[in-house]
Amino acid sequence: MRFRAKIVDLACLNHFSRVINTIAKLAKTCTLRLTVSKLYFILSDKVANGGVSMWCELCQGNFFDEFQMEGVAAEHNEIYLELVPENLSRALKTAQAAKAVKIKLTNKHCPCLRVAVELPSLSSSSRIVTHDIPVGIIPRRLWNDFREPSVPDFDVSIYLPVLKTMKSVVERMKNLSNSIVIEANLSGEMNLKIETDLVSVTTHFKDLGNPPWASEDECQSSAQDRDLESMAEARIDIKKLQQLLAGQQVNPTKALCNIVSNRIVHFILLHEDVSLQYFIPALA
Amino acid sequence: LQSFLGVFRSLPSLEKTVGKCLILLKPRANRLVVQLHCKYGVTKTHNLAFQECELLQAVYDTQRCASSLCAPARVLAEAVVHFPQTLAEVTLGAGPGGKISLRNYMEDEAAPSKSVVTELRLAEDEFQTVAVSPGSRITFCLKEFRGLLTFAEASNLPLTIHYDEPGRPVVFTLEDTVLEVHLVLATLSDPKSDLQPPTANGVSHLPAPSDDFADDLESYMIAMESSAYEDGPSGAPPSPTFPLRTPRPAESDPEEEEEEGAVPGTPPHKKFRSLFFGSVLTPGGPSPAPTQEVLAEDSDGEN
Repeated sequence: MRFRAKIVDLACLNHFSRVINTIAKLAKTCTLRLTVSKLYFILSDKVANGGVSMWCELCQGNFFDEFQMEGVAAEHNEIYLELVPENLSRALKTAQAAKAVKIKLTNKHCPCLRVAVELPSLSSSSRIVTHDIPVGIIPRRLWNDFREPSVPDFDVSIYLPVLKTMKSVVERMKNLSNSIVIEANLSGEMNLKIETDLVSVTTHFKDLGNPPWASEDECQSSAQDRDLESMAEARIDIKKLQQLLAGQQVNPTKALCNIVSNRIVHFILLHEDVSLQYFIPALA
Repeated sequence: LQSFLGVFRSLPSLEKTVGKCLILLKPRANRLVVQLHCKYGVTKTHNLAFQECELLQAVYDTQRCASSLCAPARVLAEAVVHFPQTLAEVTLGAGPGGKISLRNYMEDEAAPSKSVVTELRLAEDEFQTVAVSPGSRITFCLKEFRGLLTFAEASNLPLTIHYDEPGRPVVFTLEDTVLEVHLVLATLSDPKSDLQPPTANGVSHLPAPSDDFADDLESYMIAMESSAYEDGPSGAPPSPTFPLRTPRPAESDPEEEEEEGAVPGTPPHKKFRSLFFGSVLTPGGPSPAPTQEVLAEDSDGEN
């Protein structure tokens, strides 16, 4: 099992750091899955997370100048690591002006991801900062826990409003209530609602547009027969929604959510080379 | 110190309005008077109450330190930025290939798989002078060091680090035409070093530190201080209580301040003392008083 990668381009480094920062805001601990062509940051829906799950996928070629991976075995050419993304985020934070960043899987006293940052200096040789980030190697028998979640059989799929606006609305609502209702219909309308003993607040968004989903199988056709005005809704933990919105450092190219009434809300945020899926279950 | 700082709080407005500043001491009234003579005939007088206290003087001699390094403050400031703000201690070492390394110190050796280990290597030519024993290493409090670096960077002064064996104090010095700054920090003693024979002048070595320094901190600190006291009458055993010297009245200390580094809330096996002096030292340095007078028992730990 071997892993070595290198980033030399500053723009790629900044982009990668931003992705890691976003992941760090969403999960205290998560799984990093490495394949020959992609990296995945995975959070599986455990009770400890409040049932939230996350799937973030990056193409390594868009970030790394060098990337070598040898998995646990030839037929299973992948590596699954458990790590604290905040550690990785901190290691990259002071690498803004780096000449190169190398990441390597090592096992000196315990398995670690060694992040070596080469910094410019006035002297003849560069300054090197290394951060040994402890990781857990996830054995193959547990890999099934981390499969890609399938797109749920949703009732409504709708594009999200401008994230910045949505974020400021949700942040203010967070002060008033612990849960928020997201409802949307196939006419491009979405409402965010909170209701307490003292006050109820609703923010209406219009003309958002509904993404066209190719009906691959019969399951999606239920959405097509739906009354366009009818709202699908789910009440979710407002903090989880706020975390998702606050963690976005860059505006996604596409942002949408799929609502399964009273079950789950599935958020999809797409950037050019990163896709992030986030599932927030409905509250009982 | 807060009240003294309060007088000079807004530097920009002070620069615009104050013509001169008079500082005088009224010992009988226990007042330090700071008088600002400002524009338009305005005089602001601040009467600050003070209390006399016994001064703790660290006993150290930079000449006796085996290793020293000097670097522009900026280089060191850029180095510490890679460590988390909450990190308590850092280990400075002379590594292979002439590199000087800084590494975060982990208190709990039993859990290496829990925390990130960060290490920075600097080439010798980043330093203005390097005179270090190969393989030497010391561990000291990073927070205090960061404080000094902020000041040094702002004043654009090179910083010199004098150190010796683990357990002996590390001295950071800054020098200017108008001031000289010495920051003395305790360093962590190396548990493996108690195999070495006692030093030649009969001062007994540090008490063999067990893996948990917790219980023996007081005598450990005392022994550390007394082992650094090098020119007592030959053969005199180190005093079991904290040796103090009364400061000579002729010394002028324009910028003297004392900072109690021991924070009551810290875990018992980590307590570092730092004594911050800014003084124009009389040539030849202060010589030890002929009699060692213990004026106060070591009561700092009980704060």
